[in-house]
Amino acid sequence: MTDEALVELKQLSVRFDDRPVVDHVDLRVQRGDIITIIGPNGAGKTTLIKAVLGIQPISDGSLAMAPGLTIGYVPQHLTLETTLPINVKRFMLLSGRPLQACVDALTKTGVEHLLNASVHHLSGGEKQRLLLARALARRPDLLVLDEPAQGVDINGQAALYDLIRSLRDELDCGVIMISHDLHLVMAATDKVICLNQHICCSGYPADISHDPAFIETFGRPVAESLAVYHHHHNHSHDLHGDVVSGDQDDAHREHSHAHH
Amino acid sequence: MPIIDAILGDFFWRALIGGLGVALVAGPLGCFVVWRRMAYFGDTLAHSALLGIALSFLISVPINLGVIITCVVLAIALVMFSRSKTLATDTLLGILAHSALAIGLVTLSFMPDIRVDLTGLLFGDLLAMSRNDLLWIYGGAALILGLLAVLWRGLLMSTIHEELARVEGVPVERLRLALMLMFSIVIAVAMKIVGVLLITALLIIPAATARRLANNPEHMVGMAIVFGFIAVSGGLTLSWHLDTPAGPSVVVTAFTVFLLVYGSARQSRA
Repeated sequence: MTDEALVELKQLSVRFDDRPVVDHVDLRVQRGDIITIIGPNGAGKTTLIKAVLGIQPISDGSLAMAPGLTIGYVPQHLTLETTLPINVKRFMLLSGRPLQACVDALTKTGVEHLLNASVHHLSGGEKQRLLLARALARRPDLLVLDEPAQGVDINGQAALYDLIRSLRDELDCGVIMISHDLHLVMAATDKVICLNQHICCSGYPADISHDPAFIETFGRPVAESLAVYHHHHNHSHDLHGDVVSGDQDDAHREHSHAHH
Repeated sequence: MPIIDAILGDFFWRALIGGLGVALVAGPLGCFVVWRRMAYFGDTLAHSALLGIALSFLISVPINLGVIITCVVLAIALVMFSRSKTLATDTLLGILAHSALAIGLVTLSFMPDIRVDLTGLLFGDLLAMSRNDLLWIYGGAALILGLLAVLWRGLLMSTIHEELARVEGVPVERLRLALMLMFSIVIAVAMKIVGVLLITALLIIPAATARRLANNPEHMVGMAIVFGFIAVSGGLTLSWHLDTPAGPSVVVTAFTVFLLVYGSARQSRA
């Protein structure tokens, strides 16, 4: 694992008609990172990841990608026109990868049995797993997911986040995702960025729920429910003093210990 | 060769051979019209063909070329206008479709020296197919099929999910332009057979019929071509025997096949 950044954003801004949608955001993703972007509706989450994907022109700042970087993108939805007949196999082959690579990717996401099924007949969770497999077939260095668990039931959501984590370990790739499921995010992610045009706070899941900016954005009840959820984490952090504004590497080590 | 010469000497065979050539490219392009919800867009382009004809007379270029150029220019203008989002796309298309048709008709009326068979242009003419038209049709068809073969994966990918295609490095905008160019060519060459008002029907109906039976995109294209062949040969035969206008006869045949397939087929498979 190298410390080289896969993607590095410096003071990146995107404006629509002079209205800043993404405002001076710094972000650095390395191999092995799972970074989750949370934030209220209209906070610019999707715009930010589109900028990372290179499909949203940026107004200001810089975006640097590692040379030869392959990005696997899992969009929010796969809404197929009903007039377009296509099965899972054909959809996977459109990635331009050989059949065996496609089948392997489907196996990793647990939907290889659907190879000959029509994409139109898949459930929400199966579609997300298909999209994830499609991204994996490209052997990505960076996986970008836009609300991967939308339309997936609660058990399926937990399983999906587990899957994303194990794929990160297996592929040694970086992961950026947008999520609304705060509880699951807090359990499954390494680092959280709370976006509200600008980055209002960022850090490790257990710390962020205490951050005044987070409480202001999501409201005290949400923040408190998350604090309770991660109570044992907070406790171990407290032994080392104030970790929110302090040395984050230290906090990270402690946080990982708390996980094991 | 005398046999070929004899066949090409007969207006009915010329029309049939030309019509089959048009159906060959109308199949795949019609699928894209259906998949990308471009029916109204195609209609607008086809309506502008009449303007293209008028302009061709005005600056004396071959009619087919004039129509292709007019369609391409209008297509690009449409894409740029629809991006500005000041008007809903269907409103914009409605305005441009009928304005282009009206401007074409008005322009033609200013040229009293030029004899044009308006009914033939609007609804197709079995008698109008010349050997020169056949060259245009098969030249255009070869170009379109070649482009489709090369661009197929990218076109299909950007149809299924434009952003995903972009991230995977598919040149979405250039492919859109290529598709516009192909539409313009097919409109220019299909005009003689079905007429400008009915070209969209020849694109959409066989593709929609094929959808009922197909389970993957290529399968649907193949069947759309077959249904196009049936519509053209059935329609032209009808036109020849009953002296009905060519274009409407082709469309009526296509529609009959559509009804038969949708009436008899089981639930669509995919």
